[in-house]
Amino acid sequence: MSALSIKNLTKTYANGFLALKGIDLEVDIGGFYSLLGPNGAGKTTAIRIVCSLVEKSAGNIEVFGYNLATHPEEAKMNIGMVPQEVNFNTFDTPLNILVNQAGFYGIKRSIALKRAKKYLGELKLWDKKDDISRNLSGGMKRRLMIARALIHEPELLILDEPTAGVDIEIRRSMWKFLKDTNANGTTIILTTHYLEEAENLCRNIAIIDEGVIIENTRMIDLLKQLKQETFVLSLENDLMNDSNLNEFSYTLIGGNQLEVLVDEDHSINDLFELLNRKKIKVSSLRNKSNRLEELFMRLVHSKNDTSKENS
Amino acid sequence: MNLSLNLIAFYTIVRKEVIRVLRIWIQTIVPPAITMTLYFVIFGNLIGSRVGTMGGYSYMQFIAPGIIMMSVITNSYGNVVSSFFGAKFGGHIEEMLVSPMSNSAIILGHIAGGVLRGLLVGAMVTIIALSFTKLELKYPLITFSMVFLSSVVFSLAGFINALYAQKFDDIAIIPTFVITPLTYLGGVFYSINLLPDFWQYASKFNPILYMVNAFRYGILGTSDIDVRYAYLVVCAFIVILFTLSFLLLKRGVGIRD
Ligand SMILES: Nc1ncnc2c1ncn2[C@@H]1O[C@H](COP(=O)(O)OP(=O)(O)O)[C@@H](O)[C@H]1O
Ligand SMILES: [Mg+2]
Repeated sequence: MSALSIKNLTKTYANGFLALKGIDLEVDIGGFYSLLGPNGAGKTTAIRIVCSLVEKSAGNIEVFGYNLATHPEEAKMNIGMVPQEVNFNTFDTPLNILVNQAGFYGIKRSIALKRAKKYLGELKLWDKKDDISRNLSGGMKRRLMIARALIHEPELLILDEPTAGVDIEIRRSMWKFLKDTNANGTTIILTTHYLEEAENLCRNIAIIDEGVIIENTRMIDLLKQLKQETFVLSLENDLMNDSNLNEFSYTLIGGNQLEVLVDEDHSINDLFELLNRKKIKVSSLRNKSNRLEELFMRLVHSKNDTSKENS
Repeated sequence: MNLSLNLIAFYTIVRKEVIRVLRIWIQTIVPPAITMTLYFVIFGNLIGSRVGTMGGYSYMQFIAPGIIMMSVITNSYGNVVSSFFGAKFGGHIEEMLVSPMSNSAIILGHIAGGVLRGLLVGAMVTIIALSFTKLELKYPLITFSMVFLSSVVFSLAGFINALYAQKFDDIAIIPTFVITPLTYLGGVFYSINLLPDFWQYASKFNPILYMVNAFRYGILGTSDIDVRYAYLVVCAFIVILFTLSFLLLKRGVGIRD
């Protein structure tokens, strides 16, 4: 049994737009998955169908073995959802929002109050519990929606772009919270268009573009697919342009910045050995661009190229 | 279906609705109090003193039940349509849609909210009426059952309006163009016996006529129509409107893309 099993999910919106073209996705229990894709790829559509907020056109969805169409009550009980846009009553207080949401899941008020205290505390919102939620900051609103999604203690937590537009510090603390939640056994799926987020958090990744899943694999396997990578080295001393780095192709920028391409026939160790031999001292090293980003662009482009050939 | 889950969910909606009504009392309770007081002063006192009796009662007594019913109807409708459309507009309807509560619990919770608001305002208008005139309570069971059932009918109608509404204008159209005219033509201010034959006949297609008259019968003991028809009409409306609400909600009309 999977935490979530999506088969051939298709969505045509009322205006005729085909947003999902038959996607499949299996999410293992306890897993941490990311659904990655550019804006408009269909991530939100897929999430909202799983959470009963958008009608599917075709396909099958099971949540912990419960078919969403035939056993909605059991399926919904297992899902907690954090949407992309704020969707609580902004005139209400965080405490009310949580307790009411619990009520919709059939949780008694006395228990709901205890849980609200627990989750508002964990998400550092307890001292805001009686504020009008319209006045909360963007990061607090996000955290409130996370608390709300957890109030019925679901096995599967789904977050749609949870950190879009929140500052670095809050993003990191949210990452930590999600990691801890996952470590405690909750299966997590998040959509993001930040590759760094997917790389930092998720063990599995599905890449979606134009309503099609173009890659679905473990994060480490995906990174292995990378055949070459460009590193930027800052040198302690200027390098003469005539220095030869043999088999590496490189460019020298402003005398002490070296961009080196390391391909699959070489390792970064080879590069450093060579630099050592030449007594070139390196003060710092970084990737030229995010590796996943490069890979992502490659995947999306290669797919677009094939579709052009086919058409 | 899990009954205890749905009962708690139902209770949660009702509680939320009642708190909403009381929190924004300036919008929910005060306006009908003012409007209905004006009706009593202008129609009941000033004009009524010249009208003399109607159906064997003073004009003030005659219109009081109709005005109470009118306030119940408009407030029940208004409560459900604005609360449910507000939830759609603000997005928090999604809190209900993601949850396992049944569609019936969603409908019944909002209907109960509308009925409670309608009855609260109705009680207040009754107190205002009693400060102008004396009212009996001839048949309490008919009075209370009719006001309750009518309130359910209009709460359901408000729910359906909210499902279809796309913008705030859409929640004003039905009250302005349908409910208000039908109420004024529904025998609140006159007995249809005063009308020419054709208009008497035409009035019998107006469901509000039955509600107002049955309610008046409960209080004063006089009616233009057979009270049994009134029960038939309101019960038929409840069955039809509830079924429609249920099917629309199930299909996600106006709430799910
Ligand atoms: N209600 C709608 N009606 C028509 N098209 C829609 C609707 N909602 C989304 N879309 C379209 O579906 C595509 C996928 O949107 P979405 O699922 O929001 O993508 P993502 O979350 O990956 O950015 C987009 O092209 C978007 O314009
Ligand atoms: Mg999105």
